[in-house]
Amino acid sequence: MREITFSEATLEAMREEMKRDPSIFVMGEDIVRQGGIFGQFKGLPDEFGTDRVIDTPITETAIIGAAIGASLAGMRPVADMHFADFMGVCMDEIFNQMAKIRYMFGGQTTVPMVIRAPDGLIRSAAAQHSQSIESWFNNIPGIKVVAPSNPADAKGILKAALRSNDPIIYFENKDLFRMKGDVSEDEDYIVPIGKAKVVREGKDVTIVSYSIMMQQALEAADILEKDGYSVEVIDLITLSPFDEETVIQSVKKTHRLLIAHEAVKRGGLGGEVAAVVAEMAIDYLDAPIIRVGGKFTPVPFSPTLEEAYRPKTSEIVEGVRGMF
Amino acid sequence: MKKDLYMQFYRTMYKIRTFERRIEEFSMKGDIPGFVHLYIGEEAIATGVCANLTHQDYIQSTHRGHGHTIAKGAKVNRMMAELFGKKTGYCKGKGGSMHIADFSVGMLGANGIVGGGFTLATGAALAEKIKKTNNVSVVFFGDGASNRGTFHEALNMAAVWKLPVVFVCENNEWASTTPYLTTTSVKDISDRAVGYGIPGEIVDGNDVFAVYEASGKAIERARKGEGPTLLEMKTYRIKGHYVGDPQLYRTKEEVDQRFEENDPIRRFEDHVLSEGILSENEMKAIVEEVVGEVDKAVEFALESPFPDVEELYSDLYVD
Repeated sequence: MREITFSEATLEAMREEMKRDPSIFVMGEDIVRQGGIFGQFKGLPDEFGTDRVIDTPITETAIIGAAIGASLAGMRPVADMHFADFMGVCMDEIFNQMAKIRYMFGGQTTVPMVIRAPDGLIRSAAAQHSQSIESWFNNIPGIKVVAPSNPADAKGILKAALRSNDPIIYFENKDLFRMKGDVSEDEDYIVPIGKAKVVREGKDVTIVSYSIMMQQALEAADILEKDGYSVEVIDLITLSPFDEETVIQSVKKTHRLLIAHEAVKRGGLGGEVAAVVAEMAIDYLDAPIIRVGGKFTPVPFSPTLEEAYRPKTSEIVEGVRGMF
Repeated sequence: MKKDLYMQFYRTMYKIRTFERRIEEFSMKGDIPGFVHLYIGEEAIATGVCANLTHQDYIQSTHRGHGHTIAKGAKVNRMMAELFGKKTGYCKGKGGSMHIADFSVGMLGANGIVGGGFTLATGAALAEKIKKTNNVSVVFFGDGASNRGTFHEALNMAAVWKLPVVFVCENNEWASTTPYLTTTSVKDISDRAVGYGIPGEIVDGNDVFAVYEASGKAIERARKGEGPTLLEMKTYRIKGHYVGDPQLYRTKEEVDQRFEENDPIRRFEDHVLSEGILSENEMKAIVEEVVGEVDKAVEFALESPFPDVEELYSDLYVD
């Protein structure tokens, strides 16, 4: 264990797995010369050569399409999207090809690839460079979606994704890249896909969150603790398909649920979590389910407006207080 | 040697034609569910191109993909079963006509999205380049697909990285119900190769010998690491866009005339007979063989069970 940044943790995962498995390669825009906009690919070209660390044209459709084709030919491609927002450019490749190939061809092949997609608000990047779009993919069978909230999970779940035989979208929050934390040096340190983590145990209310919003969730839990509420906090880590069992078990214990994410609240993942809990454990609930999320607007540019858009710790605190 | 190859051409073309005729019949009767797009009149392209490929090479196909699948070496019985939606089909009945694939022979799938195959074929070629093999990848596509953005992104990527991929345009003059000249900026789609700095060539797509030769050169070039080629096979779509298409956009006379003048199978027969390469008896034997094979495929498909409903959830995720 030693303290490294989220960005370094992802780099370490890439380095270890690329050493272990020669079929892994990575391609994207500005990877080789720039090392990725968040430094998340620094040093990889020197270590693995430009056959396996590839600067692409500005061509998101061909990046994802080629990654799919390469995976059908026995490779394990990692495709970097630069900004998650650019995934709109290659949606056909993601949802009609990548997600469906294994199923529609009757299991003849696998599509072992990872899409890395930096998402979330960062310093007035505005409407087309700030979004959290994970909920789009929740509705697509055949894809797995993960979003770590700290350096340790960033490494462990990226390694799991690189070893998985399913197509995986790895959302990495842009503002988390500089976050520091203790990370295992064990080369087989894996955070399992499909498993949520109870990161704080409590008995009065369950807060479900993931990615950067975990920081506000934990901050809110501290504040609420001082008020005398015992708060359980769950980090989903895998967003689709999410770990229903862990969430249900927690709600059965606490009888209250709040879901928080930076993505737009309307149509967000919180709605799905709420629906599952309503279907499977509504009798255990002592208060309405509350969702906290981004406002239903494009992400505005001006710092004051961006701040108004951002979901806040205070909303979580108020939401929980209102349940009692 | 040459004779073997010619017999192979005939066998493949005739098998595709026979398969498609039976599919048309069952589709019209409603026994084959879903959308079906026939390759009749275009058989020489898949046949000539795939005769240059091994099972280690890849092809990406289209919604009009039965011919490519047969030419690449897939078995007609499992294809037929797939089209009937049966458990014994290549995709266990989960794909159907538009999503047929046989990975064991390098047939990486038909595609229900027009223009969906360009980037996938490019990626398969990238994989072979990284692995340092000399396998190649071929993508078949229509004139309509050449107007997709995927065409541009794939050709640029393949050209700039000199990938072993051959782009085979089947210009059958009809993009669904629209004549290609009303929607396409150039008369010859091969002209677009200039924009990518790669060779582009027009080929008589109804002449299996010309197809074989031109694609052979392009495939060889790709194998040697010299990069992609754009081939434009001039052909004509004899059948409607799909089985059941009322074809209100063209006359029956036009279609009959084009078929009469330019049926690739008839042209092949005339050529080999006049050149004395194959005898009528040799050809008759091939016809009997493939008709028997397709008949057996129909029996196999009809006798096969539908998938169990439990199959709904299998093959979704591996882990």
